[in-house]
Amino acid sequence: MALGELTVLRLLRLATLLAGVSALAFTLVHASPIDPIQAYVGADVGLTDEQYTRLREHWGLDRSPVEQYLAWAGSILQGDLGVSTLYKVPVSDVIATRFGASLALMGVAWLSSGVLGYALGVVAATRRGRFVDRVVSWYSYTLSATPTFWLGIVFLVVFSVWLGWFPVGLAGPYGVPSDEVGFTARVHHFVLPALTLSAVGVANIAMHTREKMTDVLNSDYVAFARARGESPGQILRNHGFRNSAAPAVTLQFAYFSELFGGSVLAETVFSYPGLGSTLTEAALGGDVPLLLGIVLISAVFVFAGNTIADVVNAALDPRVRSRT
Amino acid sequence: MSEPILSISGLDVSFVQYARGLRTRTVTGITGLDLEVAEGEILAVLGASGSGKTLLAQAILGILPHNARTGGDIVFRGSRLSPARRERLLGREISYIPQSVTSLDPLMPVGAQVRIGLDPAVAEHERRRLFARYDLPDQVAGLHPHQLSGGMLRRVLFATGVRDTVRLLIADEPTPGLHAEAVAEVLGHLRELAAEGVAVLLITHDINAAVSVARRVAVMNQGHLVTVEAADAFTGDGERLRHPFARDLWRALPQNRFSPGGTE
Repeated sequence: MALGELTVLRLLRLATLLAGVSALAFTLVHASPIDPIQAYVGADVGLTDEQYTRLREHWGLDRSPVEQYLAWAGSILQGDLGVSTLYKVPVSDVIATRFGASLALMGVAWLSSGVLGYALGVVAATRRGRFVDRVVSWYSYTLSATPTFWLGIVFLVVFSVWLGWFPVGLAGPYGVPSDEVGFTARVHHFVLPALTLSAVGVANIAMHTREKMTDVLNSDYVAFARARGESPGQILRNHGFRNSAAPAVTLQFAYFSELFGGSVLAETVFSYPGLGSTLTEAALGGDVPLLLGIVLISAVFVFAGNTIADVVNAALDPRVRSRT
Repeated sequence: MSEPILSISGLDVSFVQYARGLRTRTVTGITGLDLEVAEGEILAVLGASGSGKTLLAQAILGILPHNARTGGDIVFRGSRLSPARRERLLGREISYIPQSVTSLDPLMPVGAQVRIGLDPAVAEHERRRLFARYDLPDQVAGLHPHQLSGGMLRRVLFATGVRDTVRLLIADEPTPGLHAEAVAEVLGHLRELAAEGVAVLLITHDINAAVSVARRVAVMNQGHLVTVEAADAFTGDGERLRHPFARDLWRALPQNRFSPGGTE
Protein backbone atom coordinates (compact mmCIF):
# COMPACT_ATOMS: atom_id res chain seq x y z
CA MET A 1 0.00 0.00 0.00
CA ALA A 2 1.30 3.45 -0.85
CA LEU A 3 2.31 5.78 1.94
CA GLY A 4 -0.33 8.33 0.94
CA GLU A 5 -3.12 5.78 1.09
CA LEU A 6 -1.85 4.51 4.42
CA THR A 7 -1.84 8.03 5.88
CA VAL A 8 -5.39 8.68 4.71
CA LEU A 9 -6.49 5.36 6.21
CA ARG A 10 -4.86 6.20 9.54
CA LEU A 11 -6.46 9.66 9.65
CA LEU A 12 -9.80 8.07 8.86
CA ARG A 13 -9.28 5.65 11.73
CA LEU A 14 -8.44 8.54 14.07
CA ALA A 15 -11.60 10.39 12.99
CA THR A 16 -13.87 7.40 13.61
CA LEU A 17 -12.11 6.73 16.92
CA LEU A 18 -12.68 10.31 18.09
CA ALA A 19 -16.31 10.24 16.94
CA GLY A 20 -16.85 7.03 18.89
CA VAL A 21 -15.00 8.16 22.00
CA SER A 22 -16.72 11.54 22.09
CA ALA A 23 -20.19 10.02 21.64
CA LEU A 24 -19.56 7.43 24.34
CA ALA A 25 -18.05 9.94 26.76
CA PHE A 26 -20.90 12.37 26.15
CA THR A 27 -23.48 9.64 26.75
CA LEU A 28 -21.81 8.61 29.99
CA VAL A 29 -21.64 12.18 31.28
CA HIS A 30 -25.22 12.78 30.23
CA ALA A 31 -26.34 9.70 32.14
CA SER A 32 -24.29 10.65 35.22
CA PRO A 33 -25.83 12.61 38.11
CA ILE A 34 -23.62 15.65 37.33
CA ASP A 35 -25.70 18.82 37.02
CA PRO A 36 -23.64 21.26 34.92
CA ILE A 37 -25.48 24.30 36.25
CA GLN A 38 -25.07 23.42 39.90
CA ALA A 39 -21.41 22.54 39.23
CA TYR A 40 -20.90 25.90 37.56
CA VAL A 41 -22.48 28.14 40.18
CA GLY A 42 -21.14 26.09 43.07
CA ALA A 43 -22.90 23.82 45.52
CA ASP A 44 -23.45 26.47 48.16
CA VAL A 45 -25.21 28.96 45.92
CA GLY A 46 -28.97 28.65 45.89
CA LEU A 47 -30.81 29.38 42.65
CA THR A 48 -34.47 30.17 42.25
CA ASP A 49 -36.39 27.90 39.91
CA GLU A 50 -36.78 30.77 37.45
CA GLN A 51 -33.03 31.50 37.37
CA TYR A 52 -32.36 27.80 36.97
CA THR A 53 -34.73 27.46 34.03
CA ARG A 54 -33.30 30.51 32.31
CA LEU A 55 -29.75 29.17 32.69
CA ARG A 56 -30.90 25.84 31.22
CA GLU A 57 -32.33 27.65 28.23
CA HIS A 58 -29.25 29.85 27.92
CA TRP A 59 -26.95 26.82 27.83
CA GLY A 60 -29.26 24.76 25.66
CA LEU A 61 -29.67 22.07 28.30
CA ASP A 62 -33.39 21.92 27.54
CA ARG A 63 -32.70 20.61 24.05
CA SER A 64 -32.44 16.89 23.18
CA PRO A 65 -29.18 15.05 24.00
CA VAL A 66 -28.47 14.52 20.29
CA GLU A 67 -28.78 18.23 19.59
CA GLN A 68 -26.54 18.99 22.56
CA TYR A 69 -23.94 16.50 21.37
CA LEU A 70 -23.97 17.87 17.82
CA ALA A 71 -23.59 21.44 19.07
CA TRP A 72 -20.64 20.40 21.26
CA ALA A 73 -19.01 18.31 18.51
CA GLY A 74 -19.52 21.19 16.06
CA SER A 75 -17.65 23.67 18.19
CA ILE A 76 -14.86 21.13 18.80
CA LEU A 77 -14.46 20.81 15.04
CA GLN A 78 -13.90 24.56 15.01
CA GLY A 79 -11.20 24.13 17.64
CA ASP A 80 -13.29 25.29 20.61
CA LEU A 81 -13.25 22.83 23.52
CA GLY A 82 -15.35 25.13 25.68
CA VAL A 83 -14.64 26.85 29.00
CA SER A 84 -13.70 24.95 32.15
CA THR A 85 -16.33 25.52 34.83
CA LEU A 86 -13.74 24.98 37.60
CA TYR A 87 -10.97 27.24 36.30
CA LYS A 88 -13.12 29.69 34.29
CA VAL A 89 -10.57 29.63 31.45
CA PRO A 90 -10.71 27.84 28.07
CA VAL A 91 -10.28 24.07 28.37
CA SER A 92 -7.49 24.11 25.78
CA ASP A 93 -5.44 26.46 28.03
CA VAL A 94 -5.87 24.20 31.06
CA ILE A 95 -4.88 21.13 29.06
CA ALA A 96 -1.87 22.87 27.50
CA THR A 97 -0.35 23.85 30.86
CA ARG A 98 -1.17 20.57 32.64
CA PHE A 99 -0.06 18.38 29.75
CA GLY A 100 3.44 19.86 29.98
CA ALA A 101 3.85 18.71 33.57
CA SER A 102 2.45 15.27 32.75
CA LEU A 103 4.67 14.89 29.69
CA ALA A 104 7.80 15.39 31.80
CA LEU A 105 6.55 12.79 34.26
CA MET A 106 5.49 10.29 31.63
CA GLY A 107 8.58 10.95 29.54
CA VAL A 108 10.96 10.09 32.37
CA ALA A 109 8.93 7.02 33.33
CA TRP A 110 8.72 5.98 29.69
CA LEU A 111 12.46 6.30 29.03
CA SER A 112 13.59 4.65 32.23
CA SER A 113 11.12 1.78 31.91
CA GLY A 114 12.21 1.26 28.31
CA VAL A 115 15.95 1.32 28.87
CA LEU A 116 16.08 -0.32 32.29
CA GLY A 117 13.27 -2.77 31.53
CA TYR A 118 14.91 -3.94 28.31
CA ALA A 119 18.30 -4.32 29.98
CA LEU A 120 16.88 -6.29 32.90
CA GLY A 121 14.85 -8.46 30.53
CA VAL A 122 17.94 -9.32 28.46
CA VAL A 123 20.00 -10.11 31.55
CA ALA A 124 17.24 -12.32 32.96
CA ALA A 125 16.80 -14.21 29.68
CA THR A 126 20.51 -14.86 29.19
CA ARG A 127 20.82 -16.12 32.80
CA ARG A 128 17.47 -17.86 32.81
CA GLY A 129 16.82 -19.90 35.94
CA ARG A 130 19.80 -18.43 37.79
CA PHE A 131 19.88 -16.00 40.68
CA VAL A 132 19.75 -12.76 38.65
CA ASP A 133 16.79 -14.08 36.67
CA ARG A 134 14.96 -14.96 39.88
CA VAL A 135 15.49 -11.48 41.30
CA VAL A 136 14.30 -9.78 38.10
CA SER A 137 11.30 -12.10 37.78
CA TRP A 138 10.35 -11.67 41.42
CA TYR A 139 10.54 -7.89 41.08
CA SER A 140 8.54 -7.90 37.85
CA TYR A 141 5.75 -10.18 39.01
CA THR A 142 5.41 -8.32 42.30
CA LEU A 143 5.36 -4.87 40.71
CA SER A 144 3.02 -5.96 37.89
CA ALA A 145 0.56 -7.13 40.51
CA THR A 146 0.84 -3.90 42.49
CA PRO A 147 -1.72 -1.14 41.93
CA THR A 148 0.05 2.12 41.02
CA PHE A 149 -1.79 4.20 43.62
CA TRP A 150 -0.89 1.76 46.38
CA LEU A 151 2.78 1.80 45.38
CA GLY A 152 2.61 5.60 45.42
CA ILE A 153 1.24 5.55 48.95
CA VAL A 154 3.97 3.12 50.07
CA PHE A 155 6.64 5.41 48.60
CA LEU A 156 5.04 8.38 50.36
CA VAL A 157 5.04 6.56 53.68
CA VAL A 158 8.63 5.37 53.35
CA PHE A 159 10.42 8.23 51.62
CA SER A 160 8.39 11.25 52.71
CA VAL A 161 7.00 10.38 56.10
CA TRP A 162 9.59 8.00 57.61
CA LEU A 163 12.77 9.12 55.91
CA GLY A 164 11.72 12.68 55.08
CA TRP A 165 13.77 12.69 51.88
CA PHE A 166 11.06 14.00 49.59
CA PRO A 167 8.03 16.30 49.95
CA VAL A 168 4.61 14.73 50.40
CA GLY A 169 3.09 16.19 47.26
CA LEU A 170 2.59 19.05 44.80
CA ALA A 171 5.04 20.29 42.17
CA GLY A 172 6.64 22.95 44.38
CA PRO A 173 6.71 24.10 48.01
CA TYR A 174 3.31 24.98 49.47
CA GLY A 175 2.49 28.70 49.30
CA VAL A 176 5.14 29.62 46.74
CA PRO A 177 3.82 30.90 43.39
CA SER A 178 4.62 28.38 40.66
CA ASP A 179 6.76 30.81 38.66
CA GLU A 180 9.03 31.31 41.66
CA VAL A 181 9.75 27.62 42.23
CA GLY A 182 13.37 26.86 41.38
CA PHE A 183 14.63 23.96 39.31
CA THR A 184 15.97 21.94 42.26
CA ALA A 185 12.68 22.29 44.09
CA ARG A 186 10.83 21.09 41.00
CA VAL A 187 13.09 18.05 40.65
CA HIS A 188 12.72 17.36 44.36
CA HIS A 189 8.94 17.21 43.97
CA PHE A 190 9.20 15.29 40.73
CA VAL A 191 11.21 12.30 41.97
CA LEU A 192 8.58 10.29 43.83
CA PRO A 193 5.77 10.43 41.23
CA ALA A 194 8.29 9.64 38.48
CA LEU A 195 9.73 6.78 40.53
CA THR A 196 6.27 5.32 41.13
CA LEU A 197 5.37 5.41 37.48
CA SER A 198 8.77 4.05 36.36
CA ALA A 199 8.86 1.17 38.85
CA VAL A 200 5.68 -0.30 37.40
CA GLY A 201 6.75 0.32 33.81
CA VAL A 202 10.14 -1.36 34.27
CA ALA A 203 8.41 -4.49 35.51
CA ASN A 204 6.18 -4.81 32.45
CA ILE A 205 8.89 -4.17 29.89
CA ALA A 206 11.37 -6.47 31.68
CA MET A 207 8.86 -9.36 31.71
CA HIS A 208 8.01 -8.99 28.03
CA THR A 209 11.66 -8.65 27.00
CA ARG A 210 12.61 -11.69 29.05
CA GLU A 211 9.99 -13.81 27.30
CA LYS A 212 10.87 -12.55 23.84
CA MET A 213 14.62 -12.95 24.38
CA THR A 214 14.08 -16.48 25.72
CA ASP A 215 12.19 -17.35 22.53
CA VAL A 216 15.01 -15.90 20.47
CA LEU A 217 17.69 -17.80 22.39
CA ASN A 218 15.75 -21.06 21.97
CA SER A 219 15.23 -20.52 18.25
CA ASP A 220 16.64 -22.59 15.42
CA TYR A 221 18.76 -19.71 14.21
CA VAL A 222 20.50 -19.29 17.56
CA ALA A 223 21.16 -23.05 17.75
CA PHE A 224 22.63 -22.79 14.27
CA ALA A 225 24.68 -19.77 15.30
CA ARG A 226 26.13 -21.83 18.17
CA ALA A 227 26.91 -24.64 15.73
CA ARG A 228 28.73 -22.09 13.58
CA GLY A 229 30.96 -21.20 16.50
CA GLU A 230 29.47 -17.82 17.39
CA SER A 231 30.24 -16.86 20.99
CA PRO A 232 27.39 -15.90 23.38
CA GLY A 233 28.34 -12.24 22.91
CA GLN A 234 28.28 -12.53 19.14
CA ILE A 235 24.93 -14.32 19.30
CA LEU A 236 23.45 -11.42 21.28
CA ARG A 237 24.93 -8.84 18.92
CA ASN A 238 24.13 -10.65 15.67
CA HIS A 239 20.73 -12.12 16.49
CA GLY A 240 19.52 -11.33 20.02
CA PHE A 241 19.12 -7.56 19.85
CA ARG A 242 17.99 -7.62 16.24
CA ASN A 243 15.15 -10.03 16.91
CA SER A 244 14.01 -8.67 20.26
CA ALA A 245 14.25 -4.96 19.44
CA ALA A 246 11.19 -4.73 17.20
CA PRO A 247 8.73 -6.20 19.71
CA ALA A 248 10.32 -4.23 22.55
CA VAL A 249 10.06 -0.88 20.78
CA THR A 250 6.54 -1.68 19.59
CA LEU A 251 5.49 -2.52 23.11
CA GLN A 252 7.17 0.63 24.36
CA PHE A 253 4.99 2.86 22.16
CA ALA A 254 1.85 0.82 22.64
CA TYR A 255 2.50 1.33 26.36
CA PHE A 256 1.27 4.96 26.11
CA SER A 257 -2.22 3.98 27.24
CA GLU A 258 -1.04 2.28 30.43
CA LEU A 259 1.35 5.14 31.03
CA PHE A 260 -1.51 7.62 30.88
CA GLY A 261 -3.68 5.47 33.12
CA GLY A 262 -0.81 5.14 35.57
CA SER A 263 -0.13 8.88 35.57
CA VAL A 264 -3.75 9.58 36.55
CA LEU A 265 -3.27 7.46 39.68
CA ALA A 266 0.28 8.58 40.47
CA GLU A 267 -0.53 12.26 40.05
CA THR A 268 -3.64 11.97 42.18
CA VAL A 269 -1.75 10.30 45.02
CA PHE A 270 0.98 12.96 44.94
CA SER A 271 -1.39 15.88 44.18
CA TYR A 272 0.93 16.52 41.26
CA PRO A 273 -0.65 19.16 38.98
CA GLY A 274 -0.57 17.22 35.71
CA LEU A 275 -3.22 16.13 33.28
CA GLY A 276 -4.02 13.00 35.26
CA SER A 277 -4.83 14.72 38.51
CA THR A 278 -6.76 17.40 36.57
CA LEU A 279 -8.88 14.63 35.08
CA THR A 280 -9.75 13.41 38.57
CA GLU A 281 -10.51 16.97 39.68
CA ALA A 282 -12.70 17.61 36.66
CA ALA A 283 -14.66 14.42 37.28
CA LEU A 284 -15.13 15.10 41.01
CA GLY A 285 -15.92 18.78 40.44
CA GLY A 286 -18.46 18.14 37.69
CA ASP A 287 -16.42 20.11 35.17
CA VAL A 288 -17.97 18.53 32.05
CA PRO A 289 -16.13 20.52 29.33
CA LEU A 290 -12.72 19.87 30.92
CA LEU A 291 -13.51 16.20 31.54
CA LEU A 292 -14.58 15.60 27.94
CA GLY A 293 -11.66 17.64 26.63
CA ILE A 294 -9.11 15.53 28.53
CA VAL A 295 -10.83 12.33 27.40
CA LEU A 296 -10.46 13.41 23.76
CA ILE A 297 -6.84 14.49 24.17
CA SER A 298 -5.90 11.23 25.87
CA ALA A 299 -7.55 9.28 23.04
CA VAL A 300 -5.37 11.18 20.55
CA PHE A 301 -2.32 10.55 22.75
CA VAL A 302 -2.90 6.80 22.91
CA PHE A 303 -3.72 6.64 19.21
CA ALA A 304 -0.47 8.46 18.43
CA GLY A 305 1.45 5.92 20.51
CA ASN A 306 -0.11 2.98 18.70
CA THR A 307 0.48 4.54 15.30
CA ILE A 308 4.14 5.17 16.08
CA ALA A 309 4.36 1.55 17.27
CA ASP A 310 3.01 0.38 13.89
CA VAL A 311 5.40 2.55 11.93
CA VAL A 312 8.45 1.62 14.00
CA ASN A 313 7.58 -2.06 13.87
CA ALA A 314 7.37 -1.94 10.09
CA ALA A 315 10.68 -0.07 9.94
CA LEU A 316 12.47 -2.65 12.09
CA ASP A 317 10.92 -5.84 10.71
CA PRO A 318 10.97 -6.32 6.93
CA ARG A 319 8.42 -9.13 7.23
CA VAL A 320 5.85 -6.67 8.60
CA ARG A 321 6.79 -4.16 5.91
CA SER A 322 6.00 -6.60 3.13
CA ARG A 323 2.59 -7.34 4.63
CA THR A 324 1.35 -3.75 4.81
CA MET B 1 41.78 -46.04 3.68
CA SER B 2 43.04 -42.54 4.44
CA GLU B 3 43.41 -40.96 7.87
CA PRO B 4 40.10 -40.68 9.80
CA ILE B 5 39.01 -37.08 10.31
CA LEU B 6 36.45 -37.98 12.94
CA SER B 7 36.34 -41.01 15.14
CA ILE B 8 33.74 -41.60 17.77
CA SER B 9 33.97 -44.35 20.35
CA GLY B 10 31.46 -45.43 22.97
CA LEU B 11 29.31 -42.32 22.64
CA ASP B 12 26.41 -42.16 25.08
CA VAL B 13 23.81 -39.42 25.15
CA SER B 14 21.09 -39.31 27.76
CA PHE B 15 18.67 -36.78 29.17
CA VAL B 16 17.81 -36.00 32.75
CA GLN B 17 14.13 -35.22 33.16
CA TYR B 18 12.05 -34.26 36.12
CA ALA B 19 9.48 -37.02 36.47
CA ARG B 20 7.37 -36.06 39.44
CA GLY B 21 8.31 -33.31 41.86
CA LEU B 22 12.05 -33.41 42.38
CA ARG B 23 12.57 -37.01 41.32
CA THR B 24 14.51 -37.32 38.10
CA ARG B 25 14.70 -40.03 35.51
CA THR B 26 17.18 -40.58 32.74
CA VAL B 27 16.07 -41.05 29.15
CA THR B 28 18.58 -42.67 26.83
CA GLY B 29 19.25 -41.07 23.47
CA ILE B 30 22.31 -42.89 22.13
CA THR B 31 24.20 -45.84 23.63
CA GLY B 32 27.68 -47.10 22.85
CA LEU B 33 28.11 -45.66 19.39
CA ASP B 34 31.38 -46.18 17.47
CA LEU B 35 31.91 -44.50 14.11
CA GLU B 36 34.70 -43.22 11.87
CA VAL B 37 34.62 -40.82 8.94
CA ALA B 38 37.65 -40.61 6.69
CA GLU B 39 39.03 -37.74 4.66
CA GLY B 40 37.11 -37.25 1.42
CA GLU B 41 34.49 -39.78 2.41
CA ILE B 42 30.73 -39.35 2.52
CA LEU B 43 29.29 -41.44 5.32
CA ALA B 44 25.51 -41.59 5.44
CA VAL B 45 23.78 -42.09 8.78
CA LEU B 46 20.42 -43.65 8.10
CA GLY B 47 17.57 -44.03 10.55
CA ALA B 48 13.94 -43.29 11.28
CA SER B 49 12.81 -40.31 13.35
CA GLY B 50 13.86 -40.85 16.96
CA SER B 51 16.68 -43.22 16.06
CA GLY B 52 19.18 -40.73 17.47
CA LYS B 53 20.83 -39.52 14.27
CA THR B 54 20.23 -35.82 14.89
CA LEU B 55 21.43 -36.28 18.49
CA LEU B 56 24.65 -37.67 17.03
CA ALA B 57 25.13 -34.46 15.03
CA GLN B 58 24.30 -32.31 18.06
CA ALA B 59 26.72 -34.25 20.24
CA ILE B 60 29.58 -33.72 17.79
CA LEU B 61 28.72 -30.01 17.50
CA GLY B 62 28.20 -29.58 21.23
CA ILE B 63 24.72 -28.08 20.83
CA LEU B 64 22.74 -30.64 22.80
CA PRO B 65 19.97 -29.33 25.06
CA HIS B 66 21.09 -28.28 28.55
CA ASN B 67 19.72 -31.36 30.29
CA ALA B 68 21.76 -33.75 28.12
CA ARG B 69 24.62 -35.86 29.53
CA THR B 70 27.25 -37.35 27.28
CA GLY B 71 29.87 -40.07 27.66
CA GLY B 72 32.49 -41.61 25.41
CA ASP B 73 35.09 -40.03 23.18
CA ILE B 74 34.93 -37.86 20.11
CA VAL B 75 38.30 -37.48 18.38
CA PHE B 76 38.79 -34.96 15.61
CA ARG B 77 41.99 -35.11 13.54
CA GLY B 78 43.94 -37.01 16.13
CA SER B 79 42.97 -35.27 19.36
CA ARG B 80 40.00 -35.24 21.65
CA LEU B 81 37.32 -32.68 20.87
CA SER B 82 37.16 -30.81 24.19
CA PRO B 83 34.63 -27.97 24.59
CA ALA B 84 37.43 -25.38 24.33
CA ARG B 85 38.87 -26.97 21.21
CA ARG B 86 35.43 -27.36 19.70
CA GLU B 87 34.78 -23.66 20.23
CA ARG B 88 37.85 -22.85 18.14
CA LEU B 89 36.99 -25.33 15.39
CA LEU B 90 33.27 -24.76 14.87
CA GLY B 91 32.66 -22.70 11.78
CA ARG B 92 36.29 -23.11 10.73
CA GLU B 93 37.15 -26.80 10.46
CA ILE B 94 33.84 -28.30 11.51
CA SER B 95 30.81 -27.08 9.66
CA TYR B 96 27.12 -27.78 9.94
CA ILE B 97 24.32 -27.55 7.42
CA PRO B 98 21.04 -27.69 9.33
CA GLN B 99 17.83 -29.40 8.42
CA SER B 100 15.52 -26.43 8.39
CA VAL B 101 15.67 -23.05 6.67
CA THR B 102 14.34 -21.56 9.92
CA SER B 103 17.98 -21.83 11.01
CA LEU B 104 18.57 -18.58 9.18
CA ASP B 105 18.00 -15.37 11.15
CA PRO B 106 14.72 -13.96 9.78
CA LEU B 107 15.83 -10.37 10.33
CA MET B 108 19.34 -10.49 8.89
CA PRO B 109 20.04 -10.13 5.16
CA VAL B 110 21.28 -13.47 3.81
CA GLY B 111 24.54 -11.96 2.54
CA ALA B 112 25.42 -10.85 6.06
CA GLN B 113 24.63 -14.32 7.37
CA VAL B 114 27.05 -15.86 4.90
CA ARG B 115 29.74 -13.38 6.01
CA ILE B 116 29.53 -14.44 9.68
CA GLY B 117 32.70 -16.21 10.72
CA LEU B 118 34.71 -14.99 7.74
CA ASP B 119 37.71 -12.71 8.13
CA PRO B 120 36.15 -9.21 7.84
CA ALA B 121 38.87 -8.07 5.44
CA VAL B 122 37.93 -10.62 2.80
CA ALA B 123 34.37 -11.47 3.92
CA GLU B 124 32.57 -9.62 1.15
CA HIS B 125 34.89 -11.03 -1.51
CA GLU B 126 34.39 -14.55 -0.14
CA ARG B 127 30.64 -14.00 0.03
CA ARG B 128 30.57 -13.16 -3.69
CA ARG B 129 32.61 -16.24 -4.50
CA LEU B 130 30.28 -18.49 -2.47
CA PHE B 131 27.19 -16.93 -4.03
CA ALA B 132 28.63 -17.59 -7.48
CA ARG B 133 29.53 -21.15 -6.52
CA TYR B 134 26.01 -21.91 -5.34
CA ASP B 135 24.35 -20.11 -8.21
CA LEU B 136 22.85 -17.33 -6.10
CA PRO B 137 22.35 -13.97 -7.86
CA ASP B 138 24.44 -11.25 -6.23
CA GLN B 139 21.45 -8.98 -5.66
CA VAL B 140 19.75 -11.41 -3.24
CA ALA B 141 22.56 -10.77 -0.72
CA GLY B 142 20.63 -7.79 0.64
CA LEU B 143 17.34 -9.67 0.92
CA HIS B 144 15.88 -11.30 4.02
CA PRO B 145 15.12 -15.04 4.19
CA HIS B 146 11.35 -14.57 3.76
CA GLN B 147 11.99 -13.00 0.36
CA LEU B 148 13.83 -16.04 -1.04
CA SER B 149 12.52 -19.35 -2.35
CA GLY B 150 13.07 -22.57 -0.40
CA GLY B 151 15.62 -23.82 -2.92
CA MET B 152 17.62 -20.62 -2.69
CA LEU B 153 17.58 -20.72 1.11
CA ARG B 154 19.00 -24.23 1.01
CA ARG B 155 21.85 -22.97 -1.16
CA VAL B 156 22.35 -20.06 1.24
CA LEU B 157 22.71 -22.63 4.03
CA PHE B 158 25.42 -24.34 2.02
CA ALA B 159 27.15 -21.01 1.49
CA THR B 160 27.13 -20.36 5.27
CA GLY B 161 28.79 -23.71 5.94
CA VAL B 162 31.39 -24.03 3.22
CA ARG B 163 34.78 -22.59 4.11
CA ASP B 164 38.22 -23.32 2.65
CA THR B 165 39.36 -24.54 6.05
CA VAL B 166 36.52 -27.02 6.63
CA ARG B 167 37.59 -30.64 7.17
CA LEU B 168 34.33 -32.10 8.46
CA LEU B 169 30.87 -31.20 7.21
CA ILE B 170 27.76 -32.43 8.99
CA ALA B 171 24.63 -32.19 6.86
CA ASP B 172 21.41 -32.87 8.76
CA GLU B 173 18.57 -33.98 6.47
CA PRO B 174 19.43 -31.64 3.62
CA THR B 175 17.01 -33.27 1.17
CA PRO B 176 13.48 -33.81 2.54
CA GLY B 177 10.69 -31.93 0.83
CA LEU B 178 12.77 -31.24 -2.25
CA HIS B 179 11.88 -32.43 -5.73
CA ALA B 180 14.20 -34.93 -7.42
CA GLU B 181 16.17 -32.32 -9.30
CA ALA B 182 16.89 -30.28 -6.16
CA VAL B 183 17.89 -33.43 -4.29
CA ALA B 184 20.35 -34.26 -7.06
CA GLU B 185 21.72 -30.72 -6.80
CA VAL B 186 22.24 -30.96 -3.03
CA LEU B 187 23.88 -34.37 -3.31
CA GLY B 188 26.06 -33.00 -6.08
CA HIS B 189 27.27 -30.23 -3.77
CA LEU B 190 28.14 -32.82 -1.11
CA ARG B 191 30.04 -34.96 -3.66
CA GLU B 192 31.96 -31.89 -4.76
CA LEU B 193 33.02 -31.09 -1.20
CA ALA B 194 34.10 -34.69 -0.58
CA ALA B 195 36.18 -34.55 -3.74
CA GLU B 196 37.99 -31.59 -2.18
CA GLY B 197 38.93 -33.80 0.75
CA VAL B 198 36.19 -32.85 3.21
CA ALA B 199 34.81 -35.64 5.39
CA VAL B 200 31.02 -35.51 5.05
CA LEU B 201 28.58 -36.92 7.58
CA LEU B 202 25.20 -37.05 5.86
CA ILE B 203 22.28 -37.57 8.20
CA THR B 204 19.15 -38.69 6.43
CA HIS B 205 16.18 -41.03 6.40
CA ASP B 206 16.16 -41.12 2.60
CA ILE B 207 17.73 -44.48 1.67
CA ASN B 208 17.98 -43.63 -2.01
CA ALA B 209 19.79 -40.37 -1.35
CA ALA B 210 22.12 -42.10 1.13
CA VAL B 211 22.95 -44.98 -1.19
CA SER B 212 23.46 -42.80 -4.25
CA VAL B 213 26.01 -40.48 -2.69
CA ALA B 214 27.75 -42.29 0.18
CA ARG B 215 30.45 -44.96 0.20
CA ARG B 216 29.32 -46.43 3.50
CA VAL B 217 25.93 -46.30 5.17
CA ALA B 218 25.56 -46.44 8.96
CA VAL B 219 22.13 -47.65 10.06
CA MET B 220 20.75 -46.45 13.39
CA ASN B 221 17.78 -47.72 15.33
CA GLN B 222 16.56 -46.62 18.77
CA GLY B 223 19.82 -45.04 19.81
CA HIS B 224 22.04 -47.88 18.67
CA LEU B 225 24.28 -48.07 15.67
CA VAL B 226 22.97 -51.32 14.17
CA THR B 227 25.40 -51.84 11.32
CA VAL B 228 27.66 -50.09 8.84
CA GLU B 229 27.12 -51.40 5.32
CA ALA B 230 28.81 -50.68 2.01
CA ALA B 231 26.56 -48.44 -0.05
CA ASP B 232 26.79 -50.67 -3.09
CA ALA B 233 25.34 -53.58 -1.10
CA PHE B 234 21.98 -51.82 -1.18
CA THR B 235 21.05 -53.40 -4.49
CA GLY B 236 18.78 -56.11 -5.86
CA ASP B 237 17.13 -57.98 -3.05
CA GLY B 238 19.70 -56.77 -0.54
CA GLU B 239 21.30 -60.23 -0.22
CA ARG B 240 24.76 -58.65 0.14
CA LEU B 241 23.69 -56.65 3.21
CA ARG B 242 25.21 -58.19 6.32
CA HIS B 243 22.68 -57.20 8.96
CA PRO B 244 19.04 -58.36 8.90
CA PHE B 245 17.80 -54.90 10.02
CA ALA B 246 19.46 -53.27 7.00
CA ARG B 247 17.96 -55.96 4.75
CA ASP B 248 14.49 -55.39 6.22
CA LEU B 249 14.86 -51.65 5.73
CA TRP B 250 15.90 -52.09 2.10
CA ARG B 251 13.19 -54.64 1.29
CA ALA B 252 10.51 -52.47 2.87
CA LEU B 253 10.88 -49.93 0.07
CA PRO B 254 7.93 -49.87 -2.35
CA GLN B 255 10.14 -50.45 -5.39
CA ASN B 256 11.70 -53.50 -3.72
CA ARG B 257 9.60 -56.09 -1.94
CA PHE B 258 7.45 -53.61 0.03
CA SER B 259 7.60 -56.17 2.83
CA PRO B 260 6.69 -55.22 6.42
CA GLY B 261 10.01 -56.65 7.69
CA GLY B 262 10.89 -59.51 9.99
CA THR B 263 10.54 -61.93 7.06
CA GLU B 264 13.59 -64.01 7.95
